[in-house]
Amino acid sequence: MRVMAQIGMVMNLDKCIGCHTCSVTCKQTWTNRQGVEYVWFNNVETRPGIGYPRTYEDQEQWQGGWTLKRNGKLRLKSGGRLSRLSKIFSNPKLPGLDDYYEPWTYDYDNLISSPTTDTVPVARPKSLITGKNMKIEWSANWDDDLGGTYKTGQDDPMLKGIEDSVKFEFEKSFMFYLPRICEHCLNPSCVASCPSGAMYKRSEDGIVLVDGDKCRGWRMCVTGCPYKKVYFNHRSGKAEKCTLCFPRLEVGQPTVCAETCVGRLRYIGLFLYDADRVLEAASVENDQDLYEAQLSLLLDPHDEAIIAQAKKDGIPEDWLEAAKNSPVYKLAKEYKVALPLHPEYRTMPMVWYIPPLSPVVDALKNTGNDAENVNNLFAAIDTLRIPAQYLANLMSAGDVTVIDNVLKKLAAMRSYMRDFNLGNEFNEEIPNSVDMSGEDMYEMYKLLAIAKYKDRYVIPAAHKETADRLEEAMSSGCSVNFDEVSPKSTDGRNPIPVAIETFSLTKKRMYSETYSEITDEDKK
Amino acid sequence: MLKLIWTTGPYIATIVFIVGMFWRYKFDRYGWTSRSSQMYESRLLRIGSPLFHFGLLMALGGHFMGLVIPESVTERLGISEKLYHIVAVAMGSLAGVMVVMGMSILIYRRRTVTRVFQVTTKMDKLMYLVLGTLIGLGVYNTIGINLLNLPGKYPDGYNYRETVAVWFRSVATFSPRAELMSEAPLTFQLHALASMALIAIIPITRLVHIFSAPIGYLSRPYLVYRSQTAKKSRRGWEPTLR
Ligand code: SF4
Ligand code: SF4
Repeated sequence: MRVMAQIGMVMNLDKCIGCHTCSVTCKQTWTNRQGVEYVWFNNVETRPGIGYPRTYEDQEQWQGGWTLKRNGKLRLKSGGRLSRLSKIFSNPKLPGLDDYYEPWTYDYDNLISSPTTDTVPVARPKSLITGKNMKIEWSANWDDDLGGTYKTGQDDPMLKGIEDSVKFEFEKSFMFYLPRICEHCLNPSCVASCPSGAMYKRSEDGIVLVDGDKCRGWRMCVTGCPYKKVYFNHRSGKAEKCTLCFPRLEVGQPTVCAETCVGRLRYIGLFLYDADRVLEAASVENDQDLYEAQLSLLLDPHDEAIIAQAKKDGIPEDWLEAAKNSPVYKLAKEYKVALPLHPEYRTMPMVWYIPPLSPVVDALKNTGNDAENVNNLFAAIDTLRIPAQYLANLMSAGDVTVIDNVLKKLAAMRSYMRDFNLGNEFNEEIPNSVDMSGEDMYEMYKLLAIAKYKDRYVIPAAHKETADRLEEAMSSGCSVNFDEVSPKSTDGRNPIPVAIETFSLTKKRMYSETYSEITDEDKK
Repeated sequence: MLKLIWTTGPYIATIVFIVGMFWRYKFDRYGWTSRSSQMYESRLLRIGSPLFHFGLLMALGGHFMGLVIPESVTERLGISEKLYHIVAVAMGSLAGVMVVMGMSILIYRRRTVTRVFQVTTKMDKLMYLVLGTLIGLGVYNTIGINLLNLPGKYPDGYNYRETVAVWFRSVATFSPRAELMSEAPLTFQLHALASMALIAIIPITRLVHIFSAPIGYLSRPYLVYRSQTAKKSRRGWEPTLR
């Protein structure tokens, strides 16, 4: 056994309102540059829908991820090493710009500089690729909120086999949002695809990165990733991908997408896992066993033997402490309500999803029944096969029982806590019916419904050896000097520092319940 | 003057190349890429690029055979000049056709697809000019002179292995014999000249990607780990060996 640490994320889909704040803040932080206009490290898809890039989940077409050979060994779906090298001059499975979309801006200048005319001047769309006028026909979330889905929806690869029934269900508003970032997989096929060895997994925290200096632009990683979360910068000719905001994580702050999430639905914490068994788990024969196999990799951070081994493998004390309080471990392994996205790709993804109960609740409400009664909810979960089957295609390789179990837990929590809110007595039978104790259910409720900042994010402040250096860099804010008058401050006074915050101030702001807890003293 | 080119030219080109490559690696590692334009257009690229690249690889192999291995060696191996010539011209012509076809498709693509043309730099144009000239001359030498005998002077083809190849090896052993080159047909001379120019400009073009051919991929473990403190990084595991 070799214990390694992995930073993971859980997203509670019931709370996502599809506002795209996460995508926009991520874009402003990381991809507001030329060459990556079309790149969304974080994107939010409406499901059912065909996703971004279009139909990326259809691996028969795009050849992402791993596949099991007949002799039980794992190989990249796009081919063995030699065959992939032979395709280096033209990668046959690379999504083109039109599979994403042609990015554009508007000719705003025309609005301002237009002379007085009888007609209102217009800002025509201009392609950011060619600079020419263009017709906007597609974008990163063209089918947002089921827009146009009547036309494109049937192309959703996850609808295979249930197309007819879902067409019907659309009218019953079966819809939810799926925010996606890079999964920072335990068995990343992007890393395995890179001919130059430029992609790597950080051994401390499992973040998967591209070394831009080593990347030679072979584009194999784009094909290799089944989630299409490595992008090609078409101007610099290098691969780029979600960094899990490692500069923020290193100082104990959550990623930008998580921090700015309006629904407060993202959880970040540590997993401890057995690196020696990853390959074995990724090679189990049956696709539907992959979820359990992946769970079995996650080690119990409270187990003394595992703690001892982890120390031996060089995991620092504060990281072990963080692992014990990890919200993602609780949700994925203890409560078993968070599921991996597409375990059948065999990359062992480390961003987990709590499937949404809301389609079921909504349907129940529409029938006029009590949508918080546990029996009604259970019955609805059993009869509303279509949402469950669809969710299963996304999160459990098609195994509906896995989804059922999660949804029932969420339903049970709803009813159980209603009694609490109404001042009734707790009905312990409810948690017991889904194999949970009342105590656990209450804890789960606190984590999912109350979702305090400090419970959602348990991120060890920094790597022990480097903590001092990092904090110093943060608090001395190297870029702006307070004491000098900036030549740009026209009134001769000091410029107002807008972006300078010390680590401790940020932390205090995040953890305080009221604004008044932060004093002027802190700000100095 | 001509003599000076054949005695010093190769060395100057090589030095420019080495210094240039060093400079590029040191100061522009981020810019070291093939700058693929496949995202913009892939229908034409899918045909043109493999034709061009595989053709070039064949041509390179042919040059190695012709320039590095002396005639006496092949003869001792029982390969007559006649047989060698037939094989060389046949393979060379095939490679030439592939390269020219591939390159035509690629240039046509670059010119007509707005997205691709938009990102074509001055360096790219310079490179296309030099590379195109080099290839044009090479193809003329192989197909025009040796296969079709267009100038009418070489009914059995021109045996460059007695002049150009010997000069090439004399350069490699630092005792350049310029007179051998002056004997060769003009187009062979120009071909050699263009190749020196190409070698000299490699460091400032996207051609640097030639030297990144990822052969190591065949033997490295699939997964790569790197430690931030980077004292020793783990070798990962090997998914094909269970
Ligand atoms: S999701 Fe991320 S880590 Fe996984 S294969 Fe894709 S790019 Fe690599
Ligand atoms: S910010 Fe949060 S709520 Fe809004 S789309 Fe992103 S994940 Fe959903």
